[in-house]
Amino acid sequence: MRASSALRLNVPEPPGRPGCITDFSYLRTSPPGSVRKPALDCSHIDTTELVYGLIGVLDRDGRAIGPWVPDIDTTQLRRGLRAMMKTRIFDARMQVAQRQRKTSFYMQCLGEEAIAVAHAAALQDGDMCFPTYRQQGLLLCRDDVSMADLICQLMSNTADPLKGRQLPVMYSLKRAGFFSVSGNLATQFIQAVGWAMASAIRGDTRIASGWIGDGATAEADFHNALTFAHVYRAPVILNVVNNQWAISSFQAIAGGESTTFAARGVGCGIPSLRVDGNDFLAVYAASLWAAQRARANLGPTLIEWVTYRGGAHSTSDDPSKYRPADDWQRFPLGDPIERLKQHLVLRGAWSDQEHEQVRLELEAEVAASQRDAERHGTLLDGRIPSASTMFEDVYETPPPHLRQQRQELGV
Amino acid sequence: MTMIQALRSALDVMMERDPDVVVFGQDVGYFGGVFRVTEGLQAKYGKTRCFDAPINEGGIVGAAVGMAAYGLRPVAEIQFADYFYPASDQLVSEAARLRYRSAGDFTCPLTVRMPCGGGIYGGQTHSQSPEALFTHVCGLRTVMPSNPYDAKGLLISAIESNDPVIFLEPKRLYNGPFDGHHDRPIVPWSRHPLGVVPTGHYRVPLDAARVFREGRQLTVLAYGTMCWVAESAAQMTGIDAEIIDLRSLWPLDLDTVVASVRKTRRCAVIHEATRTSGFGAELTALVQEHCFYHLEAPIERVTGWDTPYPHAQEWAYFPGPSRVGAALRRLAEA
Repeated sequence: MRASSALRLNVPEPPGRPGCITDFSYLRTSPPGSVRKPALDCSHIDTTELVYGLIGVLDRDGRAIGPWVPDIDTTQLRRGLRAMMKTRIFDARMQVAQRQRKTSFYMQCLGEEAIAVAHAAALQDGDMCFPTYRQQGLLLCRDDVSMADLICQLMSNTADPLKGRQLPVMYSLKRAGFFSVSGNLATQFIQAVGWAMASAIRGDTRIASGWIGDGATAEADFHNALTFAHVYRAPVILNVVNNQWAISSFQAIAGGESTTFAARGVGCGIPSLRVDGNDFLAVYAASLWAAQRARANLGPTLIEWVTYRGGAHSTSDDPSKYRPADDWQRFPLGDPIERLKQHLVLRGAWSDQEHEQVRLELEAEVAASQRDAERHGTLLDGRIPSASTMFEDVYETPPPHLRQQRQELGV
Repeated sequence: MTMIQALRSALDVMMERDPDVVVFGQDVGYFGGVFRVTEGLQAKYGKTRCFDAPINEGGIVGAAVGMAAYGLRPVAEIQFADYFYPASDQLVSEAARLRYRSAGDFTCPLTVRMPCGGGIYGGQTHSQSPEALFTHVCGLRTVMPSNPYDAKGLLISAIESNDPVIFLEPKRLYNGPFDGHHDRPIVPWSRHPLGVVPTGHYRVPLDAARVFREGRQLTVLAYGTMCWVAESAAQMTGIDAEIIDLRSLWPLDLDTVVASVRKTRRCAVIHEATRTSGFGAELTALVQEHCFYHLEAPIERVTGWDTPYPHAQEWAYFPGPSRVGAALRRLAEA
């Protein structure tokens, strides 16, 4: 009898390391316009081949083609482009503020702006998003959210709405349908399902939208969310933002090798889509499809947004240590801002000149907001919320031991 | 009422009064719970108010946090306290901190019920007392009743509380008081005054201990099953012990504890949970801090051993009346 060969452990590697050129052929892409649009009341089985394809609307020349072309007017698209630009400019400026030590930490969403901004456009007031730390576009796309308030949170200053308790970027804004961000990954994914279940229990019409990254899909709460969403047919959109990287770990280490994250949804009985996350029109169309399904009591939808984390993981990260420096420039799905701009120019609804003008306006707007925020202090100048507030909100009313500890501190 | 009936009555009263109260967990719906606590609730209030959940503690608590953030008052059940561990992240990182980290933007009025404690030949995973893992978490309230009257009143208070509450139910007390004499037949709650439970709404406040037995010679700090063990030990030894049933473990009623120890000048802390870093360590530290100049003897701790809960050696493990009694004698004679 022949001895069997020695077993070998498979440890996935990314297709490009520093000094190399990434081979992006591992990405399963489909030509824009080529993936069909199923009926709203389709079963998960009807989406089986969709989870291995890629829904796209914008072609190489910026034309909108195929069954997923959304009914969206130019005004909304212009607003979307502006919101994406605002998000990117805000990120760049806060990155600088971190280097100036006005805040301790920051996380950009460079390259992922379309996903949050276009998704938000497909939701309604009252819906609740359960974001990660990289969906700032959900806030920055809203005119009723004060950029200065967000910066106050980042700087933990005396006007910080979260009273200096939270790490920068862990915003909370119920009024804007933005659930409190937690540092613990994936926890919010199942909470989104619970919120959606509550809305269904109450006979409400509002829906929930849960967010998670590719890396965090490996957490138990990802599985928990899919199971509960399916069992109770919860009115929730389950968004997986596959930006290829979890800090230094390529998405293959999270379980993406030779499969997709959208495929997980089908396995759990949830109609699922895989969408070009850098295609504003596709993001809007797929989000609207999922929102309509949820609102019509047709249950949850899982969407894998294929994109690329253009920037460092955070201000504490140096991606040149684990991936090629020019990776983002070579990513086949390009830059969401450039792609929507090209489309609007083609429509005759945007120009290079206007782009530059809007960019300058937004730069000024962000700078002005930063000035407003800094009037209330920065982490650097030590104008922070009073230490006495540290003991509040642990419970609804501070119990005796917390009152005593506050006295011990003498505040 | 038995403790089971009292708990069911609390759920019934609250579901009747408040349409936001929703009860769910493994086997709690149609079947009415493996301990019958939720029996009949689904038939009475419908499947959207009382329903079965997948076997997934992290999912149960995580979904409940989301429901609470929406504005419901979920009462989630973990079938045994021994199985809360998969939900640890949701309890510690989420439920406990939601109000704090959002500066009150979101809150978590959640109750998590879990049967706990030993003395039932439950072995390693049907006997644990994990209360110290909750009392250490800022933002949680941890509660444990010792009788049907308190069980109902405390559960109503827990559900009405806007803070997340861990509600631990000593399953050994479900059908009758248990003083550790496992060789004697159990006395049902129907023959005990604390089994007399009003059918309507009433509260037993959180943060309020109860003097379980008045005494002058020494103080015993106890909760759950151990209140009954302490009473039996006091009877056996003839020591006039004052037994304090903490009821709310944390935040706790420090005033009642301190007043008692300053009066008796001696203190024993007893619990079923393992000793090292158990909740008894916190109680010991508090008594030492607040009663040092009144104490006439070192504080005694009688607890489960620092081992996993065994099956065959149940009665060598469980801190029964003879072990507690020995400690009371040492304390009284010191």
